[in-house]
Amino acid sequence: MDSTFLVLEAGSYSTVQDTGRRGFQKLGVPVSGAADEYAFRVANLLAGNRPNAAVLEMTVVGCTLAALKPVWVAVTGAEAEIKKNGAKMATWTGFALEPGDVLRMDKVRKGCRLYLGVSGGIDVPRVMASRSTNVQAGFGGFRGRPLRKGDFLPVEEPSPDARVRGDIPREFVPDLSEEMVLRCLPGPQAEFFRSGGEELFESEYLVTTQADKRGIRLEGPPLHHASDSPGGVLSEPSLPGNIQVPGDGSPIVLMREQTVGGYAKVATVISSDLWRLGQAVPGDRIRFQSVDRETAVSLRWEMQQRLKELEQRLYGDREAAPQDTYSEPK
Amino acid sequence: MRLESQATDMLRYRDSGDGGLLVELGDRIDWTLNTRTRRLAQLLERQALPGVVEIVPAYCSFLVIFESATLDLDRLKAQIEELFQEIEDSGEEEPGASGRSVEIPVCYGGDFGPDLESMAQHNDLSPEEVIRIHSSGTYPVYMLGFAPGFPYLGGLDERIATPRLDTPRSHVPAGSVGIAGSQTGIYPLASPGGWRLIGRTPLTLFDPTAEDPVPYYRPGDSLRFIAISEEEFNRVLREGYHG
Repeated sequence: MDSTFLVLEAGSYSTVQDTGRRGFQKLGVPVSGAADEYAFRVANLLAGNRPNAAVLEMTVVGCTLAALKPVWVAVTGAEAEIKKNGAKMATWTGFALEPGDVLRMDKVRKGCRLYLGVSGGIDVPRVMASRSTNVQAGFGGFRGRPLRKGDFLPVEEPSPDARVRGDIPREFVPDLSEEMVLRCLPGPQAEFFRSGGEELFESEYLVTTQADKRGIRLEGPPLHHASDSPGGVLSEPSLPGNIQVPGDGSPIVLMREQTVGGYAKVATVISSDLWRLGQAVPGDRIRFQSVDRETAVSLRWEMQQRLKELEQRLYGDREAAPQDTYSEPK
Repeated sequence: MRLESQATDMLRYRDSGDGGLLVELGDRIDWTLNTRTRRLAQLLERQALPGVVEIVPAYCSFLVIFESATLDLDRLKAQIEELFQEIEDSGEEEPGASGRSVEIPVCYGGDFGPDLESMAQHNDLSPEEVIRIHSSGTYPVYMLGFAPGFPYLGGLDERIATPRLDTPRSHVPAGSVGIAGSQTGIYPLASPGGWRLIGRTPLTLFDPTAEDPVPYYRPGDSLRFIAISEEEFNRVLREGYHG
């Protein structure tokens, strides 16, 4: 297989991801996939790709790559300095690389994860219908593991009608300040907690160093189980955004590498705010806000409209790609 | 927790964010309830409602994961209730009744089961007695979860129940058979883990890279562990398992 990139520096934790592995959770296979869905989608838009093309997700310290072929790329997500042959380049902007060019992505300054979209998409075999890496179980992505120095990374031929544009209007670049408000629906087990879990919405929580793609442990006023509650539940399926509370009262927001849990869950971060947790780093401050289902669904719809609008502004008349992030063109 | 088996007569919904609905048929570990839960989840999956992404069954609940901007939640609930009523009314054989009996050959002790001796001591048994008890049980598969292909099994004899390790191992080889509390399980893939290891199976229980990855067992099946020697272990590795 012809390669497009040689990995000169692997960064701290760089994996191939797409929107994730759907339909296999009943076999115990977690969804995996890009932790910041918004940055992932925009990286693919700027690269002229279909919505579910595979990208490189880089946590905290980015990679240095040598281009071996002409390719169009875009870096989105966290704030970081990126350089092409030593010259500064803007993030959230598409640009070309020629054979021999070196793209260096430094340690992030704000946020947690960088996304490199590449025209055509990163070409690794699909495992259970997805190109996402499951590092824990060692499959998917690039040989089931994070990239290493010396790896050769293949990229698919871009489709001939892929038209790529340089940059996006600044209002489409999200704010990544250390204080974030995450909106939640109460439940699935809010009533297991004292005053129905209201305490979660009354205080500020800090992101601890125990944060990865399985979950993010928070520090703050402990959440008390109601005196008549069983505390735990029988093992039941979980999904990203569930806020589970073990006996010590410290909430853990579940992320993308978990399928089952036995702790009661006080609330669930709504799907349109989940991307923000993909950019959370230790020390960030979180306030949770309770919303109702109607609000959550309309916010989800707005997020999809926003991506549609961005696509239209970038590509004008191109037939809009399906915005259902779970659909995968065969 | 109630242990007696009885028919469910109600469904309970719990919101799991805007993109998930947890459907509970009960709140206990019970084979009839579990069979009914799996059946309802399977029937619902066949409906392929627009917006539904996947359905994940567990002990006595299942999670419907969906795209909230597309799904009609009222229609989903109406569909679930209709199918539930059908199951209640039909009273026909549940599919779990036709679950397979699956043999898992296990080489106990030695390097494959480094915790067998300490486990035996903990329970005032000889290692041979632990093996005899473990390999004479029948273990229903309630659900898969936690790790790819990992089975949640019932049926462990309380005489060999043992707490998990204080410090989990950073590497447990694929095929390892272990005990944690009153549960027994198998690690289909290598992973870190805190279960006490008593043996290992030479079978490939789950191959993620297969065209159509299907675990060696599925919920509804019952597992039996068959004690084998190290020679047999190696033969199965070479030639496969023919019972």
